[in-house]
Amino acid sequence: MNLARVLVFSLKVGRLIWIICWWLVSMISMNWFLSGGIMDLRTSFLSGKMPLNWWEMVLGKISLIHHGYNQFIGSKRVSKTWWKKLLYTWVVGTGIVSMWVFFYMSSQAAEKRKEMLVSMCDERARMLQDQFNVSLNHVQAISILISTFHHGKIPSAIDQRTFARYAERTAFERPLTSGVAYAVRVLHSEREQFEKHQGWTIKRMDILEQKPVHKDDYEPEALEPSPVQEEYAPVIFAQDTVSHVISLDLLSGKEDRDNVLRARASGKGVLTAPFRLIKTNRLGVILTFAVYKMDLPSNATPNERIQATAGYIGGIFHIQSLVEKLLQQLATKQTIDVTVLDTTNQSYPISMYDSSSNTSDNDLSYVSMLNFGDPLRKHEMHCRFKEKAPWPLLEMATSTGILVIALLLGHIFHATMIRIAKVEDDCRKMMELKKRAEAADVAKSQFLATVSHEIRTPMNGVLGMLQMLMDTDLDVTQQDYVRTAQESGKALVSLINEVLDQAKIESGKLELEAVQFDLRATLDDVLSLFSGKSQEKGVELGVYVSDRVPKILIGDPGRFRQIITNLMGNSIKFTDRGHVFVTVYLIEEVMDSIDVETESSPQNTLSGFLVPKRRLSWSKFRSFSQEVPICPSVSSISDPINLIVSVEDTGEGIPLEAQSRIFTPFVQVGPSISRTHGGTGIGLSISKYLVGLMNGEIGFVSIPQVGSTFTFTAVFNNGHSNLGEFGGPQINTQSILSTSEFHGMTALLVDPRPVRAKLSRYHVQRLGICVEVVPDLTYGSWSVLNCGMVKIDMILMEEELWDDSSSSLPIFLNHLRDNDPGAAPKLFLLTNSVSSSRTSNGTTTAIPSKPAVITKPLRASMIATSLRRVMGFRNRTDLRNGETSRLALRNLLQGRKILVVDDNDVNLKVAAGALKKYGADVVCENSGSKAISLLKPPHQFDACFMDIQMPVIDGFEATKRIREAERSFSGEYGRGNGSQDGKAVNCHVPILAMTADVIQATHEECIQCGMDGYVSKPFEAEQLYREVSRFFASQTN
Amino acid sequence: MDVAQLKRQLIAFTELLYREGFLDEQFNQLQQLQDENNPNFVAEVVTLFFEDAERILNELANNLDQQSVDFKKVDAHVHQLKGSSSSIGAQRIQRVCIIFRTVCNEKNVEGCLKCLQQLKHEYALMKSKLETLFNLEQQILAAGGPPSI
Repeated sequence: MNLARVLVFSLKVGRLIWIICWWLVSMISMNWFLSGGIMDLRTSFLSGKMPLNWWEMVLGKISLIHHGYNQFIGSKRVSKTWWKKLLYTWVVGTGIVSMWVFFYMSSQAAEKRKEMLVSMCDERARMLQDQFNVSLNHVQAISILISTFHHGKIPSAIDQRTFARYAERTAFERPLTSGVAYAVRVLHSEREQFEKHQGWTIKRMDILEQKPVHKDDYEPEALEPSPVQEEYAPVIFAQDTVSHVISLDLLSGKEDRDNVLRARASGKGVLTAPFRLIKTNRLGVILTFAVYKMDLPSNATPNERIQATAGYIGGIFHIQSLVEKLLQQLATKQTIDVTVLDTTNQSYPISMYDSSSNTSDNDLSYVSMLNFGDPLRKHEMHCRFKEKAPWPLLEMATSTGILVIALLLGHIFHATMIRIAKVEDDCRKMMELKKRAEAADVAKSQFLATVSHEIRTPMNGVLGMLQMLMDTDLDVTQQDYVRTAQESGKALVSLINEVLDQAKIESGKLELEAVQFDLRATLDDVLSLFSGKSQEKGVELGVYVSDRVPKILIGDPGRFRQIITNLMGNSIKFTDRGHVFVTVYLIEEVMDSIDVETESSPQNTLSGFLVPKRRLSWSKFRSFSQEVPICPSVSSISDPINLIVSVEDTGEGIPLEAQSRIFTPFVQVGPSISRTHGGTGIGLSISKYLVGLMNGEIGFVSIPQVGSTFTFTAVFNNGHSNLGEFGGPQINTQSILSTSEFHGMTALLVDPRPVRAKLSRYHVQRLGICVEVVPDLTYGSWSVLNCGMVKIDMILMEEELWDDSSSSLPIFLNHLRDNDPGAAPKLFLLTNSVSSSRTSNGTTTAIPSKPAVITKPLRASMIATSLRRVMGFRNRTDLRNGETSRLALRNLLQGRKILVVDDNDVNLKVAAGALKKYGADVVCENSGSKAISLLKPPHQFDACFMDIQMPVIDGFEATKRIREAERSFSGEYGRGNGSQDGKAVNCHVPILAMTADVIQATHEECIQCGMDGYVSKPFEAEQLYREVSRFFASQTN
Repeated sequence: MDVAQLKRQLIAFTELLYREGFLDEQFNQLQQLQDENNPNFVAEVVTLFFEDAERILNELANNLDQQSVDFKKVDAHVHQLKGSSSSIGAQRIQRVCIIFRTVCNEKNVEGCLKCLQQLKHEYALMKSKLETLFNLEQQILAAGGPPSI
């Protein structure tokens, strides 16, 4: 039961420790995530005034761990040694604790054992003493009996037989005595009479004592009679067990004599030292009482007592057997050894009883004092356990258990720390690897950028040379070769540009411009780019921009154009019949109305071929699925225009299995694609990225053998909302279109297909012409219009009507002629193919013959040109495309006073030459300081071109100083003269950086220094125009 | 020789210059800048370039001759020459200049001297080629041809 209790206790303790440890561990881990948490915990404990030092210690430890963890990030080694120390301390500490538990428990057990021994020993001693006292009392009672009946009565009432019988029958009263005997006091004078009376002689005892004989050899008759003494004490009565002592003189025995003398002097029972008894030869003690002739007072002197002595009663105690008998009555006698000693002589104790079989060196012993009523004699009882204390198995098990649990905890902790260290290590490694991978990626992009850039330079040489070669005298074949070479070279350059873009995207360097541009003009440009190809293939090409899209937008036209070019290029590449149709709407428009995409029936499409449902291509767009503001992220845009642009084709479509990866760079639909159609497969990924930059999304729907529709959204700024910020008419093409020469005219558009009619109408309307649409040439449909007030200036007609509906055509033509021959409306055919109509293109023919032809794709400028040609307007803007910017540049720079600053005379001369060619008035300077002195407000220069890298004062520095001067000037005079136009304008002279290194000298750096822009050195007409027009144009306005 | 033949020769020679990398697109642009207002523009610029380049080459030689070479100065000179050469489209000189600058940044005197040598060589070549070119043009002019290509 005891064991079970201890076991339960130790289990409970172990559980508690376990819980505490887990708590500790969890606290540690939690602490790593919530570093602040522990402080709160601590303060809460403190505020709770918990007087627990232990808590403090634990919290301290945790914060120590936390501290260690922080160090861990800094230096790993410190924490490693730290937690190793903690681990060792833990192991050693728990070892000590378990040892302590062991010792504590074993000492408890020993204590208990000792207590048990003490109680057992005392119990035995008390019992022995009690029994002895009982015996003593009875012996005394016998002495009283003797004195009463032997000496008190004459003649004596007791003889040997009576005494023996009495003694025998009352033996149970004296449990410790083996027998009693009575010796009478006989003086020497009475000896003879006494011997006669008794019939035997008094025999001496000492010889027996000197040479003890064996029990069987004992013969009382052989004993010598006692020698002559002063007095004798022969035994006259004896219990049967000791009848052999009758006639022996007690005074002749050494021990007995002492006893007798002491007994009669004291009047109390006295004990002999243990000695070998006569005949039995066993160890025994004799108790002697004196029997007096009369009652003596208690204070009688020893002499009186001696005188009154009549005899002596002796009780024989067989200590050994008696104690054994006594101890047998106790159940647990086997567990302890008992030794009874007579210690009257301290230095030489006599053993009266010794139950121990072997002298075990068991140190645990106990001594109980025994009092047998004789003050002269001292007795002790020594007790010790028979067996050694059992092995302390329980204690060992408990402490070992604690130790094991602690070690397990230590192991868990150790493993955790190792694991954490490993994870940390791995994490660091991963970070390093990640960094390296990123660096490699950057390096790759850098490499791509560099290589593409390096390739571009020689390619320019190749192209330039080819261009020059074409200008020389070549025959037709040679020219064809050169043209092919140039085409290939251009393709290669555009490819390189794409790769460069991809590299820029990957290195995150691609940034969008924010300039004003005309979306329609941009789309027209792209359209003209593909017109040749579409005409070759016989594919109808169209662009439609919703009326609600503003004329001028702010964004990056180049990149927008790139996306459109990409998508259209793909579409045309994969389309052999039908159409490619680009539509631009506002997102709001698409969301509001459904009619913009009800073109599910083939009749309703541009070319009559089936197309996939356009709606599906944007079904996944976020801006549609959620009812959120369309561009919440673009806070900088004050007046956002959300465009949705679709490019729809009736090509072969994208195989379903390839649809998931078409936006991945360098991935094409199949390996055969690049063979048949060329390309690198990065166009779409670039487009996707660009769309992302424009805060838009791109999606598509494609049905193999039916067609594909790519749709993207883009966010631009409304160009009209903040004209002041950006320059004025940047777009010179606009001026070509917005000619008022066609304004107010009315055209009749004959087209059975509403979509196509809408497209044609859009383009014609851009010229300011009112358009009426009729589906066919039946009299009713057009006569309604004709009979009205409206005068129709021209009739636009699809070519297929000219060919097919010949039934109604003659009537119609006749009607035209009859109506008003002088101002008959001009008839135009809208045609798709080049070959059929090229011959008659541009020639003003009579109406019955083939009319004038406008070749698709329709563009406002194209239509305008054709109309002019036919209707006799002067073709004012017949300029080659490349020449436009040069001419415009000339217009801009004519008469401008421009300062050119460069430390390099050659560069200076070339730059000046270039600017002079455009009509500018150029002043040259070769140092920054001179430029500063010349450019003092109020300025007499219209602009300044400054080299960035100059000795002493470089371009940036010079610009900064000039700007400072301007600021202080405007501070002084600007207030007063601000209202006057000239001075106010002159406060800021445009400064353009000239640099050979366009990539390095970023736009930002120039802007930061107060520059207005930069041009690459040597000058390029286009770029120069772009930069210069920004501020000159606004000034002219 | 008649004008046509001279012209053909000029074209062939110019082509050769482009092909062998003596000149690039920039020279072409330079030629386009020349017009009736500025009839000797190309020649002027090129002469200016020659003067400039000779001066720089001398400076460079002086600089590199000294015990402790001032690389900053050398670099500045080379940069100047690079700018001038790129302006007239003398791309072979420009390329040597680029190499020169990297060598100069490494503070490698040996390399600098080698580059200078190469620069001188390229310069001499360039000069002779351009002189031939101008001579041809002069001949065309003398023979009564149009003033420029």
